[in-house]
Amino acid sequence: MSTDAAAIGGMGRSIKRKEDARFLRGKGRYIDDFKLPGMVYMDIVRSPYAHATIKSIDATKALALPGVLAVITGKDLDAAGLAWMPTLMSDKQMVLPVDRVVYQAQEVAAVIATERYIAADGVALVEVDYEPLPPVIDPFKALEPDSPLVRPDRDQKTNHIWHWEAGDAARTDQIFQSADVVVKQDLYIPRIHVCSIETCGCVASFDKVEGKLTIYMTTQAPHAIRTVYSLVTGIPEHKIRIVSPDIGGGFGGKVPVYPGYVIASVASITTGLPVKWIEDRSENLQADSFARDYHISAELAAKSDGTMQALRVKTLADHGAFDAAANPSKFPAGLYSIITGSYTLEAAHVEVDGVYTNKPPGGVAYRCSFRVTEAVHTIERMVDTLAQKLQLDPADVRMKNFIPPDAFPYKSATGWEYDSGNYPAALQKAMDKIDYAGLRREQAEKRARGELMGIGISTFTEIVGAGPSHTFDILGIKMFDSCEIRVHPTGSAIVRIGVQTQGQGHETTFAQIVAEELGLPVDNITVEHGDTDTAPYGLGTYASRSTPTAGAATAVASRKIREKAKKIAGHLLEVSPDDVEWVDYKFQVKGVPGRSVTMKDIAFAAYTNFPQDVEAGLEAVDYYDPPNLTFPFGAYICVVDIDRGTGAVKIRRFVAVDDCGNIINPMIVDGQIHGGLTMGMAPALFEAITYDEDGNIQQSNFMDYLLPTAMETPVWETDKTVTPSPHHPFGAKGVGESATVGAPPAIANAVVDALSHLGVTHLDIPITPWKVYAILEAHGVAEG
Amino acid sequence: MTQHVTITINGQPFEADIESRLLLVHFIREVANLTGTHIGCDTTSCGACTVLVNGTPAKSCTLFAVQADGAEISTVEGLEQGGKLHPIQEGFFEEHGLQCGFCTPGMMMTSVAFLKDHPNPTDEEIRRAISGNLCRCTGYVNIVKSIQYAAKKMRDDQAAPTPAPAVTEAEAVR
Repeated sequence: MSTDAAAIGGMGRSIKRKEDARFLRGKGRYIDDFKLPGMVYMDIVRSPYAHATIKSIDATKALALPGVLAVITGKDLDAAGLAWMPTLMSDKQMVLPVDRVVYQAQEVAAVIATERYIAADGVALVEVDYEPLPPVIDPFKALEPDSPLVRPDRDQKTNHIWHWEAGDAARTDQIFQSADVVVKQDLYIPRIHVCSIETCGCVASFDKVEGKLTIYMTTQAPHAIRTVYSLVTGIPEHKIRIVSPDIGGGFGGKVPVYPGYVIASVASITTGLPVKWIEDRSENLQADSFARDYHISAELAAKSDGTMQALRVKTLADHGAFDAAANPSKFPAGLYSIITGSYTLEAAHVEVDGVYTNKPPGGVAYRCSFRVTEAVHTIERMVDTLAQKLQLDPADVRMKNFIPPDAFPYKSATGWEYDSGNYPAALQKAMDKIDYAGLRREQAEKRARGELMGIGISTFTEIVGAGPSHTFDILGIKMFDSCEIRVHPTGSAIVRIGVQTQGQGHETTFAQIVAEELGLPVDNITVEHGDTDTAPYGLGTYASRSTPTAGAATAVASRKIREKAKKIAGHLLEVSPDDVEWVDYKFQVKGVPGRSVTMKDIAFAAYTNFPQDVEAGLEAVDYYDPPNLTFPFGAYICVVDIDRGTGAVKIRRFVAVDDCGNIINPMIVDGQIHGGLTMGMAPALFEAITYDEDGNIQQSNFMDYLLPTAMETPVWETDKTVTPSPHHPFGAKGVGESATVGAPPAIANAVVDALSHLGVTHLDIPITPWKVYAILEAHGVAEG
Repeated sequence: MTQHVTITINGQPFEADIESRLLLVHFIREVANLTGTHIGCDTTSCGACTVLVNGTPAKSCTLFAVQADGAEISTVEGLEQGGKLHPIQEGFFEEHGLQCGFCTPGMMMTSVAFLKDHPNPTDEEIRRAISGNLCRCTGYVNIVKSIQYAAKKMRDDQAAPTPAPAVTEAEAVR
């Protein structure tokens, strides 16, 4: 009896995705596809002002409109103690305001109506009388003593939220004092928005008879939300069910609890009817939480030969009006202290100060693990700044300063223990693939002819997969993750996981993990997720944590099943369990390949013919607490050509060598990297959210906020090295966000490189054509 | 004020008295209950709502349903015929042209219309053709491959047409 490894479809195979069957036929079930009997609709009245007092809200005309059932205001919620809700960062946030608004597009009231269009009509009929207040827009001015207060509700009467720091300040300062060379650069990483193509929404359905609240919602973390809902509302947790159905892209934007979810829930409890709330795009883009918005001042100390010694960084973080960032509780600045990157540094000191402004909450991720993008952008720009100052090749400076492959596990200057890495191998592979030396020659020739071509490198290290639980929690809930497997008598299985998917392909990859571990065909394994009534408790999918945490739990749960299966195998083979071994996806008598049983045989026996000392059934649960994070890395090289007539930057080639350890499904990993690169290019070249001095957002639709289309997106060239994580059960690291983190500095470095001979040493992202054209004009090299 | 319309979707006529302001995308999703057509931006930018109106791709969030009175609409639900995936669906499956799947129906409908006029497209032509359809997950590389896969499949099918019943029978046996 031979086992067909291809039919098993385990680790390392590009299995086509199981979930595609429904998506390709238009049978996906996204939030707006839910239609419950008696369902009514909610639409939201939003503030036109960034900062104003609400003098009155008059809903008379709205309520007079046939079909309008109710108008909910902050005063209504206040009566129920629900006008405010806690944020993930131990701040609080208005669900609906009682007397003032603190950012433009903030929720002010909600209209419940029998139909979607009537709810929108009702919104237009709610009359709100505002008295504008001076808005706080510039985060630096926000810290001035005479600045208006964004949050007078706090005891602390300033706009400063918190101060955070990591590393050794004294040692860092000491090195700076005696360094041969110090380079300094201010960087601004602008506010951006994830803009998943599906906006946020929910259907809240309260069953008065059962007393049970079911909320179908666009969430990346259903269990955590159930617990928070229970704690805030007092509804017992078993009477709350959160279902995260098919999600049309998350990227971090669907981690927070937005006021709309809460108001819809209150509306359903009040009316006893299912209430649907779906954002339109402009609401999503104007009011949902934002990413980045870090004002950074960085200094790097080095020897004159290019040896990096110390890094000193000060940062102002604009968090908007509520500190509703999606970070682990103990990390108000996320994992920003990964800022020492892939390099050996004697010391580092990094500081962040969080500030309130009259803008929507900031600090959710944009496809990155907790502030890693800001950190990577800073260190990768600083390495290039140093190289430029010393007139060294940026590839040489990197090779010189990399943490050597034999130094892992490596303790960074800010305290992280990197699990594994081989940075020189990745960079060398990227350089060979793109012919780095040839490109440098081409660049010199072109420069002599007046053409503008640049080559940019980024050799980043990420930090993903939170826990471990001793350090990481969200509102006290430890950041483990989970898997439950039940093998059915006929040898198929159902796998339920504590994370969920927004397009990452978990229904396929998690089945592959089980297939590999149990030798059951991938086609016979169903993966379920996202329903808190059935899935084991987990913290959700974000920050590239699914494979490092729940993926590990899936492997460990499978191995628990295999342990039990071994006893049944001994029973069936009529030998001691100690005399059987797992070979080629089956149990065989040691040294006797002819005498074996498959997992399918064992599954049947587990229900029909199990030994006396073994319980019936074949199932296991695992709650996995990772011993450390995982540290994926990569080497990216970007080649750009700049149009002297328009200032437009064209990415001619982009080689991405990624290392995420052992790979479950190469096809899916490649897809994740393609998407991540595109979401890295987007803020590097196109996307930014800006406000005028009154706090009006200047990008409220896709005509002003420019997502990359197929025309701007280059053909990404991907490759890999494989350095397994030593502590992960199957040696994997996370991968979903590596490229978003690694790509922006490669692009920015390429543009600066193209303009370096003009004396350009830095450009803030997004590097738009007009920004570049102004430089070309100033240096007399613009055409036309 | 309501108006009576008859709109044929994937060959099936849907009759209804509707408000004249009802968007075509809402007619498709909520009157005909075909939820494969999605809404991503409601401003004609993202293309998630793309359907074919009398064979031409249109963003159904920017058409009133009354404008489609008497029209033949094709949506993602009509692509599969006789239990057999359309080559564009097969292409997206084989080349991993989708991740979250939200833009996919609109992306495929645009592609179907494009391939009718461009049976042998260059990658550049494909990229231009889908530039009105935004995808946030895939980075487009595999979408271009998916559309090339479909183009080849359709050219091959054209060159050597297989009698449809034979295929069905063969599959039934399997």
